[in-house]
Amino acid sequence: MFESRDEIIKNRVVINDDWALLRLDEDEAADTVAIPAGKVIVPLAVWQAQHAALAARLPDIGVWLGADERPEVLLDDIAKLTVIGVNFPKFTDGRGYSIAYNLRARLGYKGELRAIGDVLRDQLFSMQRVGFDAFATRLDRNIHDALKGLTVFSETYQASWDEKTPLFRRHQRQNSDGKNPDADIASGI
Amino acid sequence: MYQYDQYDHLIVKERIAQYRDQVQRRIADELTEDEFVPLRLQNGLYMQRHAYMLRIAVPYGLLSSKQMRMFGHIARKYDRGYGHFTTRQNIQFNWIELEQTPDILLDLASVEMHAIQTSGNCIRNITSDEFAGVAFDEIIDPRPYAEVLRQWSTFHPEFLALPRKFKVAINGALEDRAAIAVHDIGLTVVHGEDGAIGFKVMVGGGMGRTPILGSVVREFLPWQHMLTYIEAVMRVYNQYGRRDNKYKARIKILLKALGVEEFTRQVEAEWVDLKDSPSTLTIDEMARVAAYFAPPAYETLETIDPASFHVESKPFANWLKRNVKPHKVPGYAAVLLSLKKTGVPPGDATAEQIDFIADLADRYAFGELRVTHEQNLVLADVKQSQLFKLWNEARAHGLATPNIGLLTDIICCPGGDFCSLANAKSLPIAAAIAERFDNLDFQHDIGDIELNISGCINACGHHHVGNIGVLGVDKDGSEWYQVSIGGAQGNNPAIGKIIGPSFSSQQMPEVIDRLLHVYVRERFEGERFVDTAQRLGVAPFKEYVYATPIKVGHLVGEDEYV
Repeated sequence: MFESRDEIIKNRVVINDDWALLRLDEDEAADTVAIPAGKVIVPLAVWQAQHAALAARLPDIGVWLGADERPEVLLDDIAKLTVIGVNFPKFTDGRGYSIAYNLRARLGYKGELRAIGDVLRDQLFSMQRVGFDAFATRLDRNIHDALKGLTVFSETYQASWDEKTPLFRRHQRQNSDGKNPDADIASGI
Repeated sequence: MYQYDQYDHLIVKERIAQYRDQVQRRIADELTEDEFVPLRLQNGLYMQRHAYMLRIAVPYGLLSSKQMRMFGHIARKYDRGYGHFTTRQNIQFNWIELEQTPDILLDLASVEMHAIQTSGNCIRNITSDEFAGVAFDEIIDPRPYAEVLRQWSTFHPEFLALPRKFKVAINGALEDRAAIAVHDIGLTVVHGEDGAIGFKVMVGGGMGRTPILGSVVREFLPWQHMLTYIEAVMRVYNQYGRRDNKYKARIKILLKALGVEEFTRQVEAEWVDLKDSPSTLTIDEMARVAAYFAPPAYETLETIDPASFHVESKPFANWLKRNVKPHKVPGYAAVLLSLKKTGVPPGDATAEQIDFIADLADRYAFGELRVTHEQNLVLADVKQSQLFKLWNEARAHGLATPNIGLLTDIICCPGGDFCSLANAKSLPIAAAIAERFDNLDFQHDIGDIELNISGCINACGHHHVGNIGVLGVDKDGSEWYQVSIGGAQGNNPAIGKIIGPSFSSQQMPEVIDRLLHVYVRERFEGERFVDTAQRLGVAPFKEYVYATPIKVGHLVGEDEYV
């Protein structure tokens, strides 16, 4: 079954989406399912089963990973791929966050990292932090409302993909004597 | 204690705005209840039987008198005039309106408090030793590390949708008062061979349906690597912890399934890439945080024997014996205010008591308080010379029951009276037992004993590690109680063993009486209940308890419990 949508969030703006996403139906097999022309994001199993043919179509082919699939299997192709999706079967299933982090931090993936599936506004901030830059938010919700989820916090304590250093290394924080070196600098002391 | 700087304030302020917006969207039906549940849970808001319950974080159990007074304010303004201190060293309020929760958070933020991650499938409030900083057997004060961990775990983007809840405890003393063996991660501050500070890391302890003691995955982790190593543990768990069955989803199940060696190998493999990354702690940052926990301005005093000035008062002597603990500074003592007065649900305090306790903290203890995981409160820095005066004041407000560590110092969850998860009521059982054994001489004769009651398998009342554990179970729609003995927390933790078939609520006081009878009959001189129970095993207790039928006496259940 091919899902297509008009819009996604990419780099914090809503843009037109020209990708189709393939989800295998029960009666479809990874090695025989036909991949139509155009830009298609295919499941990992299809990418592996039809590797030679699909790799020849890059960059018009993307791959998506299920929450139980390992990003390392894409290691050999990672430099060539321009779109990788990570599926959230349910917004409460957090495996996709670690998959994204590993794709970025361990495997050095530089292309578009797209959250797909049960992707909702209230999870976007965390998704963005671990390395997602594209969000195929759930179609029954307003995608422009969802944008607000990306700007909830202006400061964070810990390092992740978006911010490589923790707060305590980025700022001189207040000491127990009440002295605040940052504020002192700001006020010209 | 730790004080917020501009960044802490900013993050909490932005959190309240986020949460207020979520509540408004829920009320407007833009969020379904299913979508809202994880959001409100990560803000400590549960739907209970009658109303919402809000759980407020008390980081590692430490709070100021000003924060305590805020609890009194919340109890009066938003609740029914009381609060309930929990086994996670937090406080919860049982009669909350959803619409008011953003305003409660705003009030809390004004005293540097919040309800972030007090529930939900994320890293919860980090707990520690209630005597941290004053304990005579302390190696290193664990609170600065707990605070650093609190900040790191707050909204960690990768670990907010874990398979299940995640609890971390840190102990820095010889005696483990933080129950680290029954936590998802239990850290013990230790000295390495060269005197360097680090942690012994245990993973995979827990209670609930499958009680398991934690396994040591690293004997010594230098303190600088605390955050990166825990990140490695969390990432392994987040990826491989079971998500198909919530009762098999805790990290303990993953660790058991993999085996400790394989689990450790995976963690270490994960850690290789993280070690020495920017999340590595710096000396400057630890020094900055540690400075907030510097000792208060102690006077130079002689150690005295407070009892010697009041030899005529047996009640005072009893209180000194049970509720006053040694302090590492001469002339000072740590005092436990008992929230286990017979007739009061364990851990409950009224708004008036809360305000009064805040006053006591200001007048006797440098304005600080601690919550214990046994659901009592601590004034950690009291001059020995003022103990008698303090005792008289506390007694007048029902806060000086000399029962710390005794039979009526019961750990008990809110149970079926409040909690929608519970199979059975727990508070009426605690009340009936407390009433039956209210005699203090008897309690002092029985000595150290931990009686823990949970209303369901989630084990909020820590029944697995109770010397006597009581678990409420549901059988064909009626409430029954399963009894175990020999459980223990501390340095020799143990999971209790079930003695046999369950009992009705009315039978429970007699069951306890029979268990104590066997103990008194069999104990060696000076032997504690738990030691006798562990030495003899279940058999003699079981034999005596079930030897003759237990009559169902007068109603001691909810009908009599107010």
